[in-house]
Amino acid sequence: MKTKLKAIAAVLVLVTLLAGCVGQEKAPETKTIFIFGSSGDAVRLDPADVTDGESIQRMDNIHEGLVEYDGGTTNIRACLATDWNVSDDKKTITFNLRKGVQFHHGFGEVTADDVVFSFARQYDSSNWYYDKGEWAYWGYMYTDIESVEKLDTYKVAIHMRQPNASIMTSLAMFTVCIVSEKAAQQYGEDYFKNPVGTGPFEFVEWVKDDHITLRAFEDYWRDPPQIDELVFKVIPDPSARLMALQAGEVHGIEHVDPKQLDIIKNDPKLQLISQAGMNVGYIALNCGEGYVDANENGKWDSGEEVDVTGAFEPFNDVRVRQAIAHAIDKDAIVRNLYQGAATAANQGMPPVLFGYNNAITGYEYNPQKARDLLTAAGYPDGFEVVLWHMPVSRPYFPVPTEIAEAIQADLAEVGITVELFTEDWGTYLQDTEAGKHAMAMLGWTGDNGDPDNFLNVLYSQDKATVGSAGNIGFKKNPEFQDLLNRALLTYDQDERGALYEQANKLLVDQCSHVFIAHADQNLAFLSTVHGYVIHPTSRKFFYPVWVEEEGGAGLGTLFVALLLVGGIVLRIKRK
Amino acid sequence: MKEYVLKRLAMLVVVLFGVSIITFVLVRAAPGDPAVNLAGEHATAQVLEQIREKYHLDKPIYEQYLIWIEMALKGDLGRSIKSRELVTVEIVERLPTTLELSIFAMIIASFFGILAGIVSAVRQYSPVDYGVMFGALFGVSMPVFWLGLMMLFIFGVKLGVLPIGGRLTTGIYLERITGLNILDSILTFNGEAFLDSIKHLILPSVALATIPMATIARMTRSSMLEVLRQDYIRTERAKGLSERVVVYKHAIRNALIPIVTVIGMNVGLLMGGAVLTETIFTLPGLGKYIADAILAYDYPVIQGFTLFFATAFVIINLATDIIYVYIDPRIKYK
Repeated sequence: MKTKLKAIAAVLVLVTLLAGCVGQEKAPETKTIFIFGSSGDAVRLDPADVTDGESIQRMDNIHEGLVEYDGGTTNIRACLATDWNVSDDKKTITFNLRKGVQFHHGFGEVTADDVVFSFARQYDSSNWYYDKGEWAYWGYMYTDIESVEKLDTYKVAIHMRQPNASIMTSLAMFTVCIVSEKAAQQYGEDYFKNPVGTGPFEFVEWVKDDHITLRAFEDYWRDPPQIDELVFKVIPDPSARLMALQAGEVHGIEHVDPKQLDIIKNDPKLQLISQAGMNVGYIALNCGEGYVDANENGKWDSGEEVDVTGAFEPFNDVRVRQAIAHAIDKDAIVRNLYQGAATAANQGMPPVLFGYNNAITGYEYNPQKARDLLTAAGYPDGFEVVLWHMPVSRPYFPVPTEIAEAIQADLAEVGITVELFTEDWGTYLQDTEAGKHAMAMLGWTGDNGDPDNFLNVLYSQDKATVGSAGNIGFKKNPEFQDLLNRALLTYDQDERGALYEQANKLLVDQCSHVFIAHADQNLAFLSTVHGYVIHPTSRKFFYPVWVEEEGGAGLGTLFVALLLVGGIVLRIKRK
Repeated sequence: MKEYVLKRLAMLVVVLFGVSIITFVLVRAAPGDPAVNLAGEHATAQVLEQIREKYHLDKPIYEQYLIWIEMALKGDLGRSIKSRELVTVEIVERLPTTLELSIFAMIIASFFGILAGIVSAVRQYSPVDYGVMFGALFGVSMPVFWLGLMMLFIFGVKLGVLPIGGRLTTGIYLERITGLNILDSILTFNGEAFLDSIKHLILPSVALATIPMATIARMTRSSMLEVLRQDYIRTERAKGLSERVVVYKHAIRNALIPIVTVIGMNVGLLMGGAVLTETIFTLPGLGKYIADAILAYDYPVIQGFTLFFATAFVIINLATDIIYVYIDPRIKYK
C-alpha cells in the first residue's frame, strides 16, 4: 500500500516536472529583457518625492522633464519643452511644450496643466496634492522659483524671485519631471506605486525588495527603445551582484566593489565602465567664522556673529592649513584605500563639471614643506587636534575610518598629534553643521551637475550658518561669494565657467578645506550590452541600450530535473 | 489542556505589552533621527520640522506611545516612515519568503541533523561519530555569508546549475495566491515556476540550515546517548528486538523532547528572518526588511515588526509545548 502511494506521488512529481520542461519549450523568448542589478530597492516611485539613488534610477527611465542632460554631460538640451527664452530681467523663463507627447497607460497628452501641477504640488500649499509628499528637494534646490504659470495649453512660464542661472541645470533633475495630473487624481497618495510619465519605459510591476519591471512605451515620442523590458533586480550584496553578472543572470550592475575591478577587467565576457564621479571628499578645517542667520534668508547680511564652539585657533593661520594640505599623501590614499578607483582631488569640485580649473595643481605631498610652514606659523613642534571621521561609508569616502587613520599617520609625520572621533551619522551631521568639530571629514555628491551646487553649497560664506552650515570650514570670503553671485546672473555657460574657475582658485588658496578625492563611479555590464552612456550625476538612463543576441541556457533546469527524476527512480527500484 | 492554552494566550497579551513598551523606549533612546534619514542629508530645517510633526516625533514620548498603542489596538500598526506603506501590508508581503525559506531550512536541518545525531550516538567513538561531530562543529562555526558566497560561486558561477539568488527567474510568471511560490505553483499547475522556485530555494535553505542542523545533531547525539544507556533499552535488546526497532522506534521517542525544544527555538528565530542569508541570496524576506528599517530609524516598522515577531515566538513556543504531550504521554498540562 505504502509503495503504491509512493509510486503515485512519484508519477505526480514526474508529471509536474515534465510540464515544467514542456512549459519552457513552448514559450520561445523573442522579446529582449534587460536586467539591471541594483544595490537596493526603490523607496517611492514619485520623482518629486524621493532623495535616494535607487528610486531615482527607476524614475529616470519612466519620467522626463522640460529639459534633460545632453548625453553623458551636464549640458542642457530640450526634452518635453522644444525651446525656451529668458525675459530681459532674467526672472521669467517661458517654455514651449512639445505637442503630441503622450503619458503612459493611456493618460493622454502632456499639457501645460500637467507641468503646472508637477511644480505647484511641491511649493503651493493650496495645491490639492501638496500634503501628500515631503518634497524634500524643493526647499533645498528650487526656492528661487516663485511660481509656474500656464500661458496656454502648450506654453508655461517659470517666474523667479531672483535671476538664477543654475536653475536650468536644476530643471534637468528628477524632482521636476512631469507627472500626469490625471494619474495623480486617479491614484491619490498611492501614485508613488503607480507612476505615470512620458519616458521611454512604462511601469509594469513592483515586487518589494525583489524587482521592478518596466516595458518599452509604444507611443514614446522618440523612436521606441531597443529593449522590450527593463527589469531592476535588487541584489544588495556586492559579491552576489558580481556573481549574478558573471552567471549572466543580470546584464549590468552598479556600485562595483573596487576590490573586484580586476576580476571584471580580466573577464572577456564582462566590460567595465568608469568615470570620475560627481563628488568630492574633503577635510574641513574649522576657522570659526560662522554666523547665525537671524532673518533666515540664507545669506550672511544682518546675521549675528557667534563663537563657533569647535573653532580651532591654529587654523586661523593659513600657513597651518596649508601645512596640513601638504602633509597628507592623497595619492597613497587613493591607491590603497580607494583601490585606485578615484582621482586625487586638488580643488573643491570634480573635473566632470564646467568651471573646473585645469591650471590648479593643488598642494603636493611634501612633509618637509609642511614642517617648514608649521615652524613659520609658530608651531615647530606641531599641536594636538581631534579629527572627526564619518561613521558611514559614502561614495566619496568608501572606508572613512581607514582614511582617517591614514591621515592621522601622515600628520604625525609632521608633528601633529591627531585624535580620532566619531558618533552616529545623524548626530555627526548635526554637530558638524553646528561647528562643534575642529577638523571633520565630509563630502558631497552633486545633485544637478552645476558648479554652484558644489561651490555655493559647500564653501560659500552664506552657507557658514552655525546650526545648518554647508560650509563646515566656517571661513568667510566675500570675494569668493561675489564671484558665485555673479555667476548666477548670467545664463551664458562660458561666462559662468570663467567665473567658477576664478572662484576655484580662491578656494584652493584659502585652504579652509583639504580636498582628498573624487571617487569614480563604476558600472559593469556583459560585453553583449551596447550603447550605455555613463552620466556624471550617477543617474542611469537605459534608453539607448541594446543587447546582442546570445545562445540559450536551461542547463541548470535539466540538471535539477535529472537529479530529481534519478532520485525518484532509484527510490522506487529499491522498493 | 484547553485551559492551559488559553492561559498561555492570555500571557501573550502581557508579553506583547511589555515588548511594545521596551521597543518603544529603546528605539527612541538610540541616537539618530528618522526625519534626517527620510528627507536626506540636504534637507532644510523646515522640511525636517514638518516631518517630525507629521509623525508626532515632536511630542513627548509617552504621548507618542499613547497615540501608537491606540492605533495598534485597532489593528493599525501605522505606516512606514520610509516607504509610507502600511506596516501590516509590508510584513504580509515579505512573510511568505521568510516562511518558505524557514520551512525548507528546518526540514533539511531536522532531517539530516537528527539522522546524523542518531548515527553518531549509535556508533559512539567510531570514526563515523568523530566525523559527524567534527562536521557539526564545522557547521556551527561556519560564517553563513562565507558559506553562502562559496556555494553561489561554485553552483551558480562555476557550474552554472543553480541560480545566484532571488525567488524566481526574471521572465517566469507566477500568479500570487498565498505568496508561497511552491504552493502557488502547485495550485496553478505551473510546472515551470515550481521547478524554478525549488532551484532558487536549494542554496539558501542549505546555507540557512547549516547552523541549526549542527545544533540538532549535537543535541540528538547527547540525548540519544542518555536514552540508550537506560534499562528499558537493555530489556528490549534482551528480548531480541532488532537494533533498528530499538533505536528508531523506542529510543528516539524518548530522546525527542530536547530535540523538539531546539527545533522550536530555531523556527522561532528564523521567523525573525535571516538577515545574512536573505541579503546574500537576494530574498525579499523579513530579515532584510527589519535590518533596513533599523538602519533608517523607521520607528513604526521596528515597533510593528517586534510585536509580530514576539507573537510568532510565543505561539511557536506554545506549539512546541503542545507537541511534547504527543511525544511523551506522561506530560500533562493543567
